[in-house]
Amino acid sequence: MKAKNFSFYFGIGLLSFIVLVAAFAPWLTHYDPIGQDLLHTLASPNSHHWLGTDNLGRDVLTRIIYGARIDLSIGVLAVLFPFILGTTLGLISGWRGGWFDAILMRIVDTTIAFPFYVLAIALVFVVGAGPKSIIIAISLVGWVAYCRIIRAAVLVAKELDYVHAAKLSGLPTGRILRRHILPNVISQAIVFSMSDIVLSILAIVSLGYLGLGVPIPTAEWGSMIQEGQAYILQQWWIPTIPGIMVVIVGFSLSLIGDGLVKRLNK
Amino acid sequence: MNFLSYAGKRLLQVIPALFGISVAVFTLVHLIPGDPADVLLGQTATPARTKILHHTLGIDRPILVQYFSFLNHLFHGSLGTSFYDRLSVTSLIAGRLQASAFLLVGGILLSILISLPLAVLAASKEGAVRDQAVRVIPIIGLGMPQVWIGIELILLLGLKVKLFPVSGFGETFLEHVRSVFLPSLSIAIGLSPILIRSLRASMLDILDADFVLTARSKGLSRARVTISHVLRNAIIASVTVLGVNIAYLIGSTVIVERVFAIPGTGSLMIDAIGRRDYPIVQGVTLFFAVAVVVVNLITDLIHAALDPRVSLG
Repeated sequence: MKAKNFSFYFGIGLLSFIVLVAAFAPWLTHYDPIGQDLLHTLASPNSHHWLGTDNLGRDVLTRIIYGARIDLSIGVLAVLFPFILGTTLGLISGWRGGWFDAILMRIVDTTIAFPFYVLAIALVFVVGAGPKSIIIAISLVGWVAYCRIIRAAVLVAKELDYVHAAKLSGLPTGRILRRHILPNVISQAIVFSMSDIVLSILAIVSLGYLGLGVPIPTAEWGSMIQEGQAYILQQWWIPTIPGIMVVIVGFSLSLIGDGLVKRLNK
Repeated sequence: MNFLSYAGKRLLQVIPALFGISVAVFTLVHLIPGDPADVLLGQTATPARTKILHHTLGIDRPILVQYFSFLNHLFHGSLGTSFYDRLSVTSLIAGRLQASAFLLVGGILLSILISLPLAVLAASKEGAVRDQAVRVIPIIGLGMPQVWIGIELILLLGLKVKLFPVSGFGETFLEHVRSVFLPSLSIAIGLSPILIRSLRASMLDILDADFVLTARSKGLSRARVTISHVLRNAIIASVTVLGVNIAYLIGSTVIVERVFAIPGTGSLMIDAIGRRDYPIVQGVTLFFAVAVVVVNLITDLIHAALDPRVSLG
């Protein structure tokens, strides 16, 4: 196996492992991620609690595993909607051009003027904290990247001979876009979506830390980091390990993304 | 096209962006489902307060009238009045700017100090072990949450080795510098993966350029070429890359200010959210977006002035 392929499959393996652990959480740990045990708070790692307990006596490892469910699923959902919206708008905009394109590009310019976190925080503020709001906030900002990537690719693709041929043979526009253009331009958006999932998980964690994300006491990596900050001198692992989990997820997605680029460039 | 007419054209392009920003920020409040006053005031809602807020927001008037009155206030430099302490939002933002500026400048300086040498090191021999090693940094670094970097720095350099203060902003200039060191380092570590990637690519282009080959063939030493030819161009490249990422940088300060309890503009926004102080949230959002547009404009103009190859057409 070539080294390139190895890192690609290593990324997939690592991510699959985390996803499986998260999916089978109830079978892997018998602790309740939000169940308090006030007699055993801030315990150091021991045979019952491999990563110790937090200030409310909750098992840290259990919360990290259940946190993966929340962070990964919201992370993927928060990329899915902008992916679909941005790709669709980018297709139409690149293909049609004209006033539609002009207006859309001004909206794009406006959206990218806002620092992502500032706009996301403001949006979560008006829509209210919670998973739904996070997905709405990230979607309202995130579609822009897909729109630009797809639009640029469509501008190139629509001048290619096979597209002219499809047009001349009288195929309806919708069919040309779906069957001829989309399959040829989507790959860049897919590659970008890998790093976009990392960015959206980072956003969920940051919003969680700021108290604007998934409401406590739900186990979520960002709020775990925030709650653990107060005990960092005694129990450094409580805020540290959720962060390492984010790094590992980011690392595996980066490997997958890089592997995809190499495969698509062949 | 000369520089002045390029600058004029570039300035004109800013107008639609500013218009878009004003519409977007104005629309924010209208995204709130139900009566915005109830949502904005939350548990602090009383009939009297709701009535005042309806009047302040002007939501009983037609939407276009509301928008033009919003614009009118903006042109007079007014971003409204805080619900909480009845102070002007403009003066509240101005009062917090110093700390944010310290943080931003510190973050930029440390980012360049970290990224530029690594990018030069990697690009100096493409494909070598050092290049491979540097290229691993973005793969791991991109996934590090800014808040987490901050907390780990607090633990390692603030609490274990008591080198730097872990919160606050201090009173004197030197205290400010010491206080923003760890927060700036968090921003720099978060930003470096992006910078290293772009700078490495620019460095490879520069090293490939004819003028470098000419300089080398004239018999100039490798070190001399790197310092006087390559590095100068690399700094121009850094300015451009930083300009492109200014929105990201500003976003980072908002998060990092919170971790280190720095009394900057970002903290102002987050505190306002806790108190449901809508005018501040709206004002800071608008302020940051305008700042990004202005910085992008300045970077473009500096770039055009410094680099004769930039097409002014």
